Amino acid sequence: MIETIRAAFVIARRDFTAIIFSKSFFFFLLGPLFPLGIGIAAGGLGSQVSRDIDNPVIGVALSSEEADLLLETRNRLTRSLGSKSMPELFVLRDFEGSDEDIIAKLSSTKSLAAILSGTLAKPVLTGSERDVNRWQGKISLLAETAMSQPAAVEIETKFVGQTGSSSERNQLLTAQAGQAILILLTMILAGMVLSNLVEEKTNKIIEILAAAIPMDAIFLGKLFAMLGMALVGIAVWTTTGLSVALLVGGNWDALPSPAVGWPLFGLLMILYFSMAYLLLGSLFLGIGAMATTVREVQTLSMPVTMGQLLVFFLAYSAITKLGEPAEWFAVLFPFSSPFAMIARAAQMDNIWQHGLALVWQAVFTMLIIRFSVMLFRRNVMKSGQAARKKSLFARVAGK
Amino acid sequence: MHAPDSEFAIEARNIVKRFDGEAAVDGIDLTIPKGSIFGILGPNGAGKTTTLRMLLGIIDPDEGERFLLGSPDPISRAHQVGYLPEERGLYQSMKAYDAIAFMGALRGLPLVKGRKRGRKMMEDHGLGEAADKQIRQLSKGMAQTVQLLGTLVHDPDLIILDEPFSGLDALNQGKLERLIRAQADKGVTVIFSTHVIAHAERLCEEIAIIADGKVPFKGKVSTARNRLRPQVHLETRNLDGPWRTAIPADCQPLGHNWHFTLPESGVEPLLHALVEGGAGIESLSIERPGLHDAFVQIAGEAVARKMEADAANNNGEDAA
Repeated sequence: MIETIRAAFVIARRDFTAIIFSKSFFFFLLGPLFPLGIGIAAGGLGSQVSRDIDNPVIGVALSSEEADLLLETRNRLTRSLGSKSMPELFVLRDFEGSDEDIIAKLSSTKSLAAILSGTLAKPVLTGSERDVNRWQGKISLLAETAMSQPAAVEIETKFVGQTGSSSERNQLLTAQAGQAILILLTMILAGMVLSNLVEEKTNKIIEILAAAIPMDAIFLGKLFAMLGMALVGIAVWTTTGLSVALLVGGNWDALPSPAVGWPLFGLLMILYFSMAYLLLGSLFLGIGAMATTVREVQTLSMPVTMGQLLVFFLAYSAITKLGEPAEWFAVLFPFSSPFAMIARAAQMDNIWQHGLALVWQAVFTMLIIRFSVMLFRRNVMKSGQAARKKSLFARVAGK
Repeated sequence: MHAPDSEFAIEARNIVKRFDGEAAVDGIDLTIPKGSIFGILGPNGAGKTTTLRMLLGIIDPDEGERFLLGSPDPISRAHQVGYLPEERGLYQSMKAYDAIAFMGALRGLPLVKGRKRGRKMMEDHGLGEAADKQIRQLSKGMAQTVQLLGTLVHDPDLIILDEPFSGLDALNQGKLERLIRAQADKGVTVIFSTHVIAHAERLCEEIAIIADGKVPFKGKVSTARNRLRPQVHLETRNLDGPWRTAIPADCQPLGHNWHFTLPESGVEPLLHALVEGGAGIESLSIERPGLHDAFVQIAGEAVARKMEADAANNNGEDAA
């Protein structure tokens, strides 16, 4: 094992320095500018998802009669206007309704976006500024209709910094952003990994490597060189971004906080990016290793990109379904696991699950590498004219 | 499975490799003693490279077992082995001395030491000025030399060279022969494959002839030669007389010249019979058969012709 790691280091060092000191690395650093557009588009898609899942509940802390009247009014209106036209109402029975109680209730109950207290004639809506501004009009309309009063009901508003509901929504945003960043980074790298062994094969160096060190070490070394290069790129871009933000003077408090906290979330981002890259990279390296020419690599690029998108969609679709079978599938399916887990890190505060997930992903990476090496040794590293003339499909299929 | 005797650098027992159901190597047995120069002779497609790849652990045999420096896992002995593959290759953007160091590092030599040795070796081979050049800036011959030096930089105990003379001009072939001898003088085992019999004849103590994935002969070069009787070239003044009983009955003269295989009885009885029988000897020479003749006898005329054609093609490619 130590020999394999040593040999892998030799390969990684060669590849890393060859890439970092090449002119093309500059273009790699510019690379994120291109998918930025895709990121913005993905963000738009994300906000749509966010709106779809945003199904707020307003707590009603009015007198029993007024609460029932309001409920009845809501039901009547939604029959005509549709169920999404009005917020859900939840009557808080036996609730004192003091300011402290309301704030405590909003913090402890994630499903409540705001609480309506006071009376129908003089209602008070308490919640985050965003939620209060959003629902103020509709609550006013409900109150007017309930009281059969043509005149507008003035609603007193009270803002609280963070409610359980707004916190949940912010974490969802963090989860979406985390996933989007991870998938963008891995997509940038996948094509490069795909063609990683072509240089060795076209330069006939592969035989020197294969005779000197275990094939696993060659694959591992190449993967880690690319990972190192990616991390350098990330460091450059993160530093640049932070510097610009500091210069401009961004509002740091407005950043939505992930459930595990920013320091751990940052660490998990790096770890899950590494695992996502290693998982997909080992698979792509294995597939790319079967190719003998750049043209074959180009042929493979399209299905590989599509495969990545499918994985991303799987993880993305599960983001709002924490604990449901679909989300568990995304967590357990190795290729989507890092993306699903970063979403969990944003929304769930238990940490132990990340240790398990990282181990599971690492084990699967090793399995893929072993399998790729086996295929490579069996189908590519052999002499004889017949073997060289085989089609890519036959090599992958091991025929 | 057991480790073979330590006196052997390589031991292969009945190794078989099939590609698409066709045997490329079909039950080869090889034992190569340590400290020898060993040649593997055969035409292209005979199974030489596949055999070497199996011995090195690049591919595994489908059947049989092989031991490299006593180990059934050849890669575990990689730090003691230097390998020059038939298809040469180097990273084009690497500097020459760095390429040598990299090849050493693959086999366990620290990079810093490898760089120092790389420069020194290039200077020793008259390539000092090219040490800092990228591989892509070197001539083909220089790049081949760099790769060869990379094969030796970590002071291996066993060197395996697959068609090492291929692509080299006569001058560099001579240099390589001297280098192989120098390594052997240090006690290093050198194994090389070739389809040029002359190289094997000049360098090797032992050879294996591979044809159609089998080894029809393995042993000392002298043993191969001794499979054929020496040839006698005789010129006489007289065409008949009692001396005729000393040469084969079916031997016919070409003018006054006679060519025949030396009789089993040897040189002295023949000479005595020719003198006493009144042949009137004008000239007499006895030639030992070359390795080429032995190869034709062992592998067959067709295989020998193919190998000559391969060598000719190779020279043609090099000239082009």
